[in-house]
Amino acid sequence: MAMASVPALERHRGIRVGASRAGGALRRVGTFVAVLAALCGLWEGYKWLWEWAGWTWPFTVDDVTMPHLHDILAAFAEPTTTGGPVLIDSLLHAAWFTAKEALAGFVLGALIGFGLAVVLAHSRLLERGLLPYIVASQTVPILAIAPMVVVGLGSKGLEGWKAVAILAAYLTFFPVAINALRGLHSVDARALELMNSYAASRWKVLWRLRVPASLPFIFTALKISATASVIGAIIGETPASIQDGLGGAIVNFNQYYSLQPTFLWATNIVAAGLGISIFALVALTERVVLRRAPENVA
Amino acid sequence: MSVPGRVVSISGLTKSFKTGVTALQEIDLDIRPGEFVSLIGPSGCGKSTLLRIVGDLVQPTSGTVLVNGKTAHRARLDHDYGIVFQDSVLYDWRTVSRNVSLPLEMLGWSRARRKERVREMLELVELTGFESNRPWQLSGGMQQRVSIARALSFDPALLLMDEPFGALDEMTRERLNMELLRIWEKAASTIVFVTHSIPEAVFLSTRVVVMSARPGRIADVVAVDLPQPRGAETREQPRFFELVTAVREALAAGGRGQPAPTLPAGTEERY
Repeated sequence: MAMASVPALERHRGIRVGASRAGGALRRVGTFVAVLAALCGLWEGYKWLWEWAGWTWPFTVDDVTMPHLHDILAAFAEPTTTGGPVLIDSLLHAAWFTAKEALAGFVLGALIGFGLAVVLAHSRLLERGLLPYIVASQTVPILAIAPMVVVGLGSKGLEGWKAVAILAAYLTFFPVAINALRGLHSVDARALELMNSYAASRWKVLWRLRVPASLPFIFTALKISATASVIGAIIGETPASIQDGLGGAIVNFNQYYSLQPTFLWATNIVAAGLGISIFALVALTERVVLRRAPENVA
Repeated sequence: MSVPGRVVSISGLTKSFKTGVTALQEIDLDIRPGEFVSLIGPSGCGKSTLLRIVGDLVQPTSGTVLVNGKTAHRARLDHDYGIVFQDSVLYDWRTVSRNVSLPLEMLGWSRARRKERVREMLELVELTGFESNRPWQLSGGMQQRVSIARALSFDPALLLMDEPFGALDEMTRERLNMELLRIWEKAASTIVFVTHSIPEAVFLSTRVVVMSARPGRIADVVAVDLPQPRGAETREQPRFFELVTAVREALAAGGRGQPAPTLPAGTEERY
């Protein structure tokens, strides 16, 4: 009866899932395009309405405060300086530089966060003692410590981008530590008893039970950290006067905003694109890893 | 100290909690190889706690527990226990086969040996063909059979089962009862089985240990002399009903024996 029909049922469902997957992807792309178009329409509609009515609240709308989208897109092809490279060229270079910092910081921060969580999960005393300071670390404005870290480590001979990566790690490790800790604690009491009945070592309990059980929590944290690492990198560059990244570009174009507002907007788009890319990378990894978790923990 | 011919030898066992509640008092119980012993009693009589003390998952306050002549702790380190809980406790990130092979990985078996044993175990619990399914794709009864396969995979000396079929519907439960008896005979294992169900205890066991609550004591032990092998017709024999009645009366007598003191909320079934 029910038992025998289960595999057939699963197979049947599997086929239907497979068939609907292509349709699902199409629908998602469609939704994405529709939302993007709606946002663009909202921008242009708002601009048109405010300019037409002459409203000045909350701010006066003109081509400086809200440039046309097509002007922003056109700016990508304009040279940044007379005879210099076009904007998209220099922005992609800057984005690559910042991506390097963000990714290095992201990986470093994730490892530190995970390591901390493992240590804290095994010691109630350390958890109670250290957790408040870990939380406090995130209340220190990164703008305040950025010059100290970059200049301080720079004087020890560390390259600027590496120092910025450390700043990105500073923002990244926190969500990972907190979520991983929660995940490591989330293990079912029965599952622990089961491992105990096998006389499993703490190490085995960690890798065969606690870590796999905490992966959904960890990936949630990694998604938060993915975007935070880009913010950390950009903010790290700014007070440290590092010119090669998106932070430098933002500071630079900010100064010329009244003359060339489209350049700053274009930079924002690239920065957002970078954050989204790293997020997408994590989301993709999650789909692969969470499906194959057993192979990864064996 | 060791009693020959005893898989489990419990004497003078008492368990009190920090709250002052005595969960188990002066328990003496011997279990011989190949026995199927059920622990039955009202909620809060400490039967699950007793099972966990035998399995060295909970420490007794006083008294001794010997398993195959060793301390319960030594027996746990020697992988003498297979445990099945009320919920199957399968890892949903592992396939059915890899759930069954989990204890074998702990014991450091080679891949080839694991594979062969998993195949045998899934055959035993009649789940061949479900190797690469995920636990959540199976029905509750099938999940519990995976859990039993996992518990038996490394040939433990003692199988401890804590209301393994309590969460299943009556029909699945009766079918799994039959299967468990078949597995018990085939694997020639010794089983300690905690249950709430009188007919289940009588149908499965060679002995039913009736416990009373607050403090948990052994009120009576009913030897079940129903012929082996048992089947659907066993449940229709007059002797089956006599034994069910005997257990029910022992439970009632045990319940009358002691006035139930009021417990602080939430202490029931804790350990």
